[in-house]
Amino acid sequence: MTETLIELKNIKKSYGNVYALGGVDLNVQKGEVVGLLGDNGAGKSTLIKILAGAIRPTSGEIIVRGKPVSGWNAARSREAGIETVFQDRALAVQQSIVRNIFMGNELVNAFGFLNVKKELSEAHRLMREIGFTSKVFSPHSIVGQLSGGERQGVAIARAIHKQAELIVLDEPTTALSLTETAKVFHFVRQVKASGRSIVFIGHNIHHVYDIADRFLVIDRGKVALEIAKDRIKSAEELVRFMEHIAHPEESEKEGKVKPTFKKKGEA
Amino acid sequence: MQKDNAKVAATVSTESWAHRHESPMQGFILANRASLGSLAVFLTMLLIFIIANPTVFTSWALYSSVLTTLPVAIFLTVPLVFVVTVGEIDLSFPATMGLSAWMFALVVHAGFDPFLGFAAAIVMGAALGALVGALVVYGNLSSLIATLGMNFVLRGLILIFTEGKSIAMPTLNETAAFKIFSSEVFGLPIQIVWAILFTIFSALLYSRHRFGVQVHMVGDNPDSAAQMGINVNLVRLKTFVFVGIAAAIAGVFSAMINFTWWPTSGDGYLLPVLASVFVGGTPTWGGIGTVFGGAIGALTVSFIQTGIVGAGLSGFYVQFFNGLIIILSLLGHRWNQIRYR
Repeated sequence: MTETLIELKNIKKSYGNVYALGGVDLNVQKGEVVGLLGDNGAGKSTLIKILAGAIRPTSGEIIVRGKPVSGWNAARSREAGIETVFQDRALAVQQSIVRNIFMGNELVNAFGFLNVKKELSEAHRLMREIGFTSKVFSPHSIVGQLSGGERQGVAIARAIHKQAELIVLDEPTTALSLTETAKVFHFVRQVKASGRSIVFIGHNIHHVYDIADRFLVIDRGKVALEIAKDRIKSAEELVRFMEHIAHPEESEKEGKVKPTFKKKGEA
Repeated sequence: MQKDNAKVAATVSTESWAHRHESPMQGFILANRASLGSLAVFLTMLLIFIIANPTVFTSWALYSSVLTTLPVAIFLTVPLVFVVTVGEIDLSFPATMGLSAWMFALVVHAGFDPFLGFAAAIVMGAALGALVGALVVYGNLSSLIATLGMNFVLRGLILIFTEGKSIAMPTLNETAAFKIFSSEVFGLPIQIVWAILFTIFSALLYSRHRFGVQVHMVGDNPDSAAQMGINVNLVRLKTFVFVGIAAAIAGVFSAMINFTWWPTSGDGYLLPVLASVFVGGTPTWGGIGTVFGGAIGALTVSFIQTGIVGAGLSGFYVQFFNGLIIILSLLGHRWNQIRYR
């Protein structure tokens, strides 16, 4: 039995009368890559924002390493070893690379003053690790001057500097070039090889299929499917399932082969 | 062969980005362009004054008089840079200054040590700053309107309770506190030494302390800051408390200069101090700013009035040139700063 890093139980989130999430369970084991799939508005981002403590669930339980926690927020989430690369990257674009890497987690002495030297050397190391090999950028460069891929690099550098045990990547390859996308995948494999866990959210099912050990498909605020990779024949089968839950009648009419696995709660 | 290629690529990239490989001097100028711009504005203004009237502007008496009142403006301007950087504004500091200095005057007038009065003023300033800040942050009000309202409310309370009467403190002269905070040192008014120390401390707080860098983050992108676990509301609240504490210090300094506390104490500082922040090179949109620039902005604004009269123009010209210098330096900073979004 592997160690369960974090468990979200029966998470509900409603905005007024609208349910964004209607009771979702999510658990992440040590060293695994969980692929989180779902259509636009399915509730993927809401779920990971709850995991990151950026928004509060209406109800539900959060269990870290077997212990239920209360007062879950962004700071607690980071303390628990969860680092999130948000879809919008959560950067402050008028600030330097080094300030963004240490945002909310500044290296300070007992009086709260910054350890500038240590931050700079750490930022240098992280930038090399991420692949900022060009001498064009220094840790003092303003993030607003960087391209989309480079900004993603800064967000990822921030996520790895604390040796987080779980890294959540929300649509990390959106608007990235092919080489930049390849870099992100290389990074995911590195993290996995080092025994840490990843939750990977993506639109591109083929991308997610290649990289994940287990899949969670969310549909209209509920878990539609939870399945290990070895129980799926190919990415195409996953694609067909996604089409099936999106338009059940249509996909049957067209005589497409039904996926071998069923939607949760479906007869 | 491969090595050669890499070498070529390296040279090409260095060349095309040559301007980034700046010398330390260039780096310093780029990193401090806003405050250096403010300094340039001040020096240009000074040069024009000196050309206009060499005898007056080379005599020390003129500068000495500016240096006595400038510290009060600096104590108000510098913390306001924090508030503007965090994305808010505080218009209540004149009344906070008046009310805190009132506490000082009451304690001294009752025969207690001025140090105790100073402590009472600071506690009052911090409490008022927290009150104003809480109203804005947790009451979710527009800081522009809410702090304007609080300025009237607090000033109104002073007037209701004192019925417009001032408090004289003639005994202040012989106290140790007066020697430390309001005498002369090496021919300079000692207040300016305290103001410079305060500016240096604030500059360190602004760019080398966790509080200061979080102020930048919250002003730049509050959503990102919150997602990274920064307590956005608390950071905002702290900037208002900082203004309250510094306004109390300004109020005590002002009362010590005059040996009197007036119910209007602080009123005249509202607009000049606001102007100083922006003349100093802190932009209105939040996320960036400069503490040293703010102090230089306060120097510029304090100097205009003395300068205009000293240059031989009548007092009727003061407002016009005040405005002209504000507009010109804003144009300069706009051209000098790029806004990243």
